[in-house]
Amino acid sequence: MLKDWRTKLAIIFFSGLIILFIVAPLLGLLLRTSPSEYLQTIQDTEVSKSIRLTLFASMGATLIFGILAIPLAWLLARKHFPLKGLVNGLIDLPVVIPHSAAGIALLGIISRGTWIGQAGEQAGFSFVGGVAGIVVAMAFVSLPFAINAARDGFAAVPEKLEKAALNLGASPLRVFFTISLPLAKRPVLSGLVMMWARGLSEFGAVIIIAYHPMVTPVLIWERFASFGLSYARPVAAVFILVCLAVFVFMRVLSQKNYHVRN
Amino acid sequence: MLEIKEISKRLGDFHLKNISLSINKGDYLTLLGLSGAGKTVLLEILAGLITPDEGSIHLDGENISTMSIQKRPMGLVYQDMALFPHMTVRKNIAYGLHKKGLSGKQIKERVAKLAAQARVTHLLNRHPGTLSGGEAQRVALARTLASEPTVLLLDEPLASLDVTLRHELRDLLKEINQSGKTIIHVTHDYMEAATLSKTIAVIENGELLQWGKPEEVFRNPVSKFVAQFSGIKNIFQCSFHPEEQQNGLFRGKTPNGLLIKVIEPPAQNITHLMIPGEDIIVSEQELETSATNQYHGFIKEIITLNHGAELIISTAEDFSVIVSKNSVRNLDLSPAKKVWISFKASAVKYL
Repeated sequence: MLKDWRTKLAIIFFSGLIILFIVAPLLGLLLRTSPSEYLQTIQDTEVSKSIRLTLFASMGATLIFGILAIPLAWLLARKHFPLKGLVNGLIDLPVVIPHSAAGIALLGIISRGTWIGQAGEQAGFSFVGGVAGIVVAMAFVSLPFAINAARDGFAAVPEKLEKAALNLGASPLRVFFTISLPLAKRPVLSGLVMMWARGLSEFGAVIIIAYHPMVTPVLIWERFASFGLSYARPVAAVFILVCLAVFVFMRVLSQKNYHVRN
Repeated sequence: MLEIKEISKRLGDFHLKNISLSINKGDYLTLLGLSGAGKTVLLEILAGLITPDEGSIHLDGENISTMSIQKRPMGLVYQDMALFPHMTVRKNIAYGLHKKGLSGKQIKERVAKLAAQARVTHLLNRHPGTLSGGEAQRVALARTLASEPTVLLLDEPLASLDVTLRHELRDLLKEINQSGKTIIHVTHDYMEAATLSKTIAVIENGELLQWGKPEEVFRNPVSKFVAQFSGIKNIFQCSFHPEEQQNGLFRGKTPNGLLIKVIEPPAQNITHLMIPGEDIIVSEQELETSATNQYHGFIKEIITLNHGAELIISTAEDFSVIVSKNSVRNLDLSPAKKVWISFKASAVKYL
């Protein structure tokens, strides 16, 4: 009994340490920033503009690339095809490579000299040094979160439900939109939220493609490099609070439960 | 008429072999077999969810083997019902109606009619997660009937229900069948098959062993498996010496040395015999009778049945004998009592 009690205490102690490791630096950052610094930072148009840009660029990346990736996630969950393992591995690649390297790689296909870059120029926007480039960089590094969560979500939907729907005369497309997607909604949304959150924090790939317009992680780095910690900290604190608020809101939205039978 | 012609399918280690069956319109066919025998695979092949490696399926003369799942007139009800958990019962039943180009009002009316038939009208606004097993099974039936299939495919529909609900659902299935719907019902329960079927097909390890009317299959099982599955218990392996005949009867010897006389000559020197429990007579004395097989033994066990009792009588081999309640009373049958059992040589059948 005593031994059991000691084990429990040890687990609680080490768990507490890990949580402290995550929370302490963030809490320290938030608490060390004075109310006047918060106010000043919120009123700083460069900061608010940068936060808006970061939020919307990441949202854009999620809406365009994340949603386009959902059919791929379904395919990976349901179908067997040659080299499926390799495809699954490739999807995780952006997570494991250095993001500055990812930025360099992306630059190779979207810079002005490439046909994608030129197509963008003709359509009136530039990837390099533009919002479109930021969106692409954010999407590249955060897509694995959306695909993996959606794939696991689709795989958890009982295949019999899809078969039953097909047997009732529904087309595969109708089955996808009325059965597979609604039942995998929670993990799919959760993956999209994670993708969006990961996009917000992206620095390495974005700075290679677009130093300007400045997303907040780049702005924080720029203030730190040019003016020092005391100038960078309030911006970081405000950005963390904004991200936290939106992230919690999105997570709550995506947590809706179903009475799942079968 | 539904004709299944030489259907084969290999799925990993499992092999569904050369299944051929003819099912008349309005028939109630039960596919009887153990778990993993290939019953559900055959249903999914009929529904078009699995493509067979070989063979064809014909409905009223038309080859429907390559027909898409959506157009195939086969309604499948899975064992676990596969109700859509995120939809109400009403939406579940209406799901198959949307492809038919019906108006909202027509769909509503059709759902109401189907719900009434399946006696689930009071459940229309509920979600599947809140239904009992019997209610969910009725909803699944109503949903499948909504798409007006020519053939209804049922995968173990009574398996998860208690006795009362089984009885109710059995009545509903009979009612649906009597309305002219062809039903193919998969089960591992021979009593279920016996009470519902017009035709029975017994399947083992992907092979169709026997099919025909229930009384034919149960009375003349072609193998030990079919016999045991049909509830027949008196199956004995016997060795024969064909040259040894006595009064035109052949004598088989069981491993425990019991001699059983049979009219028909055996096809092999070692084979299985079966004696239906209903054909064995129990008496207190040895009988002067035409029954050439008579053995003395004692009652090992008495199992009470709805309509009588099953006696396990120990001779050199154990016999299962079905008797009426009156016989138990009149003969004062009780465990350990010494009795005689007798049966005719003509009652003995080869497997």
